[in-house]
Amino acid sequence: MIVTNMEIIPGQRIKQHLGLVQGSTVRAKHAGRDFMASLKNIFGGELKGYTELLQESRDEAVERMKQQASAVGANAVLNVRFSTSSITQGAAELFAYGTAVILE
Amino acid sequence: MYDLIIFITLLALGYFFGRAAEKRHYKSIITREQMLKDIIAVNSRVPPMDQGPLSSALVSGNVVVSVDYFKRFLAGLRALVGGRVVSYESLLDRARREAILRMKQQARELNAIMVFNTKLETASISKNARGAIGSIEVVAYGTALSPVKR
Repeated sequence: MIVTNMEIIPGQRIKQHLGLVQGSTVRAKHAGRDFMASLKNIFGGELKGYTELLQESRDEAVERMKQQASAVGANAVLNVRFSTSSITQGAAELFAYGTAVILE
Repeated sequence: MYDLIIFITLLALGYFFGRAAEKRHYKSIITREQMLKDIIAVNSRVPPMDQGPLSSALVSGNVVVSVDYFKRFLAGLRALVGGRVVSYESLLDRARREAILRMKQQARELNAIMVFNTKLETASISKNARGAIGSIEVVAYGTALSPVKR
């Protein structure tokens, strides 16, 4: 399964277009990390725990998108975009979407 | 009275630690930018057609970074009079450059020569007590093109 954020793949032709596929996950931070983050809000600097958490969640969103793509029989997802939104205090949604296609 | 002492302590902690952290971060950003400058990241959408066969892969880099207490206080004052909020400008600048560097690092591991269709996205992830920006996340993602060996 090729996942890319370009509209074409160099050297390969698109045989069939299968429409939009998406994957999303909502994650909350646990209290310990939240406490560390509030300390960092005083000192400044990178919040490593959050960086990892969001990266994991984004990977999971991509994984779900891939599952959806293989369910419709695609072998590639093109033009992938990411989006993040905070839903409530302490929880964020990570969303990935793209176009499922069959490549020759 | 105690409130005032705590407030001043927090301000001083934020000022000294925050300044040291920012200086250190900029230093490491500049050295790593030098190391990774041969990988070109552009946001053009069409890949070059004259490079021979290339393989593509999605690469991304993200960072969550927080502003210190002193700078947040400055930004609060700035909100009264309006104008450029310099303390947040440098925060966003650092976060974007760091995210791009992490993306390039990932591209380097794939032996990529360039990153196409780079997109940057910024989100404020912590809604603090008074809706301050506090900490932000920046993610950079793009398609890494690496030459195929034959």
